[in-house]
Amino acid sequence: MVTLDSNIPEGPVDEKWANHQFHMRLVNPANKRRFTVIVVGTGLAGASAAATLAELGYNVKAFTFHDSPRRAHSIAAQGGINAAKNYQNDGDSAQRLFYDTVKGGDFRSREANVYRLAQLSVNIIDQCVAQGVPFAREYSGLLENRSFGGVQVSRTFYARGQTGQQLLLGAYSALMRQVALGAVELHPRTEMLDLVVEDGRAVGIITRDLITGEVASHAGHAVILATGGYGNVYYLSTNAKKSNTTAIWRAHKRGALFANPCYTQIHPTCIPAGDEFQSKLTLMSESLRNDGRIWVPKDQNDTRPAHQIPEEDRDYYLERRYPSYGNLVPRDVASRAAKREVDEGRGVGPKKNGVYLDFTDAINRLGRDVIEERYGNLFEMYERITGDDPYEMPMRIYPAIHYTMGGLWVDYNLQSNIAGLFVGGEANFSDHGANRLGASALMQGLADGYFVLPATVGDYLAGQLGKPLTSTDSECFQSARASVEEQTRRFLAIGGTRSPDDFHRELGKIVWDHIGMERDAAGLEHAISEIRALREEYYRDLRVLGTGDTLNDSLEKAFRVADFFELAELMARDALHREESCGGHFRVEHQTPDGEAARDDEHFSYVGAWEWNGPDAPQTLHKEELTFENVHLATRSYA
Amino acid sequence: MKFTLKVWRQEGPTAKGRFETYEAPNISEEMSFLEVLDVVNESLIREGKEPVHFDHDCREGICGSCGMMINGQAHGPQRGTATCQLHMRKFDDGATIVVEPWRAASFPIVRDLVVNRSAFDRIIEAGGFVSVNTGSAPEANMLPVPKQVADAAMDAAQCIGCGACVAACPNGAAQLFTSAKLQHLNLLPQGQSERWQRTESMVETMEEYFGTCTNHGECETACPKNISIDFIAYMNRDYIKAKTVNRKLSGQGLG
Repeated sequence: MVTLDSNIPEGPVDEKWANHQFHMRLVNPANKRRFTVIVVGTGLAGASAAATLAELGYNVKAFTFHDSPRRAHSIAAQGGINAAKNYQNDGDSAQRLFYDTVKGGDFRSREANVYRLAQLSVNIIDQCVAQGVPFAREYSGLLENRSFGGVQVSRTFYARGQTGQQLLLGAYSALMRQVALGAVELHPRTEMLDLVVEDGRAVGIITRDLITGEVASHAGHAVILATGGYGNVYYLSTNAKKSNTTAIWRAHKRGALFANPCYTQIHPTCIPAGDEFQSKLTLMSESLRNDGRIWVPKDQNDTRPAHQIPEEDRDYYLERRYPSYGNLVPRDVASRAAKREVDEGRGVGPKKNGVYLDFTDAINRLGRDVIEERYGNLFEMYERITGDDPYEMPMRIYPAIHYTMGGLWVDYNLQSNIAGLFVGGEANFSDHGANRLGASALMQGLADGYFVLPATVGDYLAGQLGKPLTSTDSECFQSARASVEEQTRRFLAIGGTRSPDDFHRELGKIVWDHIGMERDAAGLEHAISEIRALREEYYRDLRVLGTGDTLNDSLEKAFRVADFFELAELMARDALHREESCGGHFRVEHQTPDGEAARDDEHFSYVGAWEWNGPDAPQTLHKEELTFENVHLATRSYA
Repeated sequence: MKFTLKVWRQEGPTAKGRFETYEAPNISEEMSFLEVLDVVNESLIREGKEPVHFDHDCREGICGSCGMMINGQAHGPQRGTATCQLHMRKFDDGATIVVEPWRAASFPIVRDLVVNRSAFDRIIEAGGFVSVNTGSAPEANMLPVPKQVADAAMDAAQCIGCGACVAACPNGAAQLFTSAKLQHLNLLPQGQSERWQRTESMVETMEEYFGTCTNHGECETACPKNISIDFIAYMNRDYIKAKTVNRKLSGQGLG
């Protein structure tokens, strides 16, 4: 029987974490050496957790499917990382960052977690600066900040347009220091394909060596999954090509609840899709909305090039509809507004599938040099992809799938409902509610990895003292390993006609069409039956060539796409059951007369966490009620 | 557009490799180079042949996974561009394009265009960090960093670790990579405490795995982030100094 206990500590919200830290059990230094912690994923959350746990003295085994732990998709985050330092003296505080995040998440996140995140944000900046992360500086030598969407203060720290890269390289360097010291055993090009659970506790994982195909067992006293989000279920997304749901999905199938799968974030500023061969979508940082103005021609038949359209014939629709936030409304609001313009025929570009993001005013006001310093690498990237020069022509942008707020359910300790299974970063559901604010993903990943998990995992391990590692010859390991080997054989034996990518592309289109920016009941029902039909075909007509004992790209994809099929169906069910609109989840049936999201706090103010019941039975829904004691539940307004 | 691709195929590290020729018709100039390989792979799978293996992930030029020799040039003809960001409008319609893995003894071939670059991780392990445990950091603004210094450190720090510098070098040297990683930290005040040990250790680890620099400058031309070979000069200066400083420190029992 599954029970959902969020384990939120007692006390006022701003004292919960400090109190909790005091009450957590400690493991003495000599005993730390007796424990092995498995960390899967080496992005921001995974690398920082692995490094910190090793610094504390635990034995850490770190796994990544990349060739090096420096490559996880955290590296592609551009704009920045939030922290409530209030260096700008503009009224910021942990309280305000907390409030902005709860409100930005459309009141669907857990207050206690968010408050802790806001408090830890300042420690993250300190840590990263000490590591040598080259954040942008003022001429005084002090740290510089920029603004981001959904917020009226400047609290975003950045390193040009490559903040994620610099933060990840910081965490990677800390990790490699521990590898050199022998405290971390690093397993590159190794993919987790199952979680091993014994008597309700996570005791290890099953992996596949991507070079040799060897399926291996690894035992640990605790397992941390920091394997990122599942945005690639849409096929076209801003995620890296290999990002996938497999690790968390396998854990879900072993009993971990999957929370709020329908909360997916569409990022408003991406380069519009081009031809049918397009392999991914490219994000243009939200920070561009600081200086760029978004508009479309008022007349949908206006065919003049952008710079020939005079001011009076342009509609700066965000500035018009949301005067106080203007171009800096949150991502979900900006995305839907762009969709509305395009749907009503005012889109721009050859396919009329974008809106303009125009820097002319900023260049005139600040000079080209300043704009180049702030966004030079982004402008270059845009030019490479489209062939247009954004210093001369406005960028064309359109929303694309970018981030998934849903993920494995975790309590305040970031522990799932399976004891000893912890989940950090985008892989968990915890802090962003139904919509994540810009520059908060890096903050959450590092808060989880540097500060939360090392404390809470220690508390769990203190209770495991004296318990030996489960033998990898035991029945639970053997059966999990056998099922992975069996699945490998099955994929290789189907001998159909279509590649995993071919199926994935078709699945992605179904998910985008029906579980995308707007959802409705009929479309979601339709999606479920289409996904099921395609999944059946997948197991009938998949073609995976080659063998299981070499590097085999198609085989790797076959595992990942299989899991996306099951996840897609759950997303549709979750979206169908949530009869309200909130944040990134917009149900057409539930909107205000002027087209904004209509939340239903009376019936849906809860976390929806789903329990796996086998491949042919629908999941069971469990609810964690959300209570708001520190933030007044209100309709979001950015007008 | 249409292209003929001559692609290096090799089953495994010890297998004998060969070029295979594939036609790529109906290519749009909007497509990236990797998308052309995707299309070729789809048609290979349809014909029952194993697809070409190549490393890739973010396809935004930042993760450093991708990289191949395109007509003999690391990452192809466009300056400052990783393979994933290279678009077909940069090629002549009808061209024959030769695609090979990174050429460097220190990057052994895993399969087809995939190579093993783990020697880079060994260099980082040797000292590419500031030894600061989580929790011990002082307030961030306690240590002002002059803007020019932060900018110069960032110029070095943006290295994506793709290995193009090594592949382009006739000697298979890794000076550009190592100097970028080293000078990012050596320039900053946070990196000073360990500066000399870091320099000696990283340079000597580099020399265990890679060839010797003879100032060809090919690395800078191939670098997708346009990292300057000036950093190599700074590294060499620091290395010479490190040899004396480290000896002096150890003579005082501080090494």
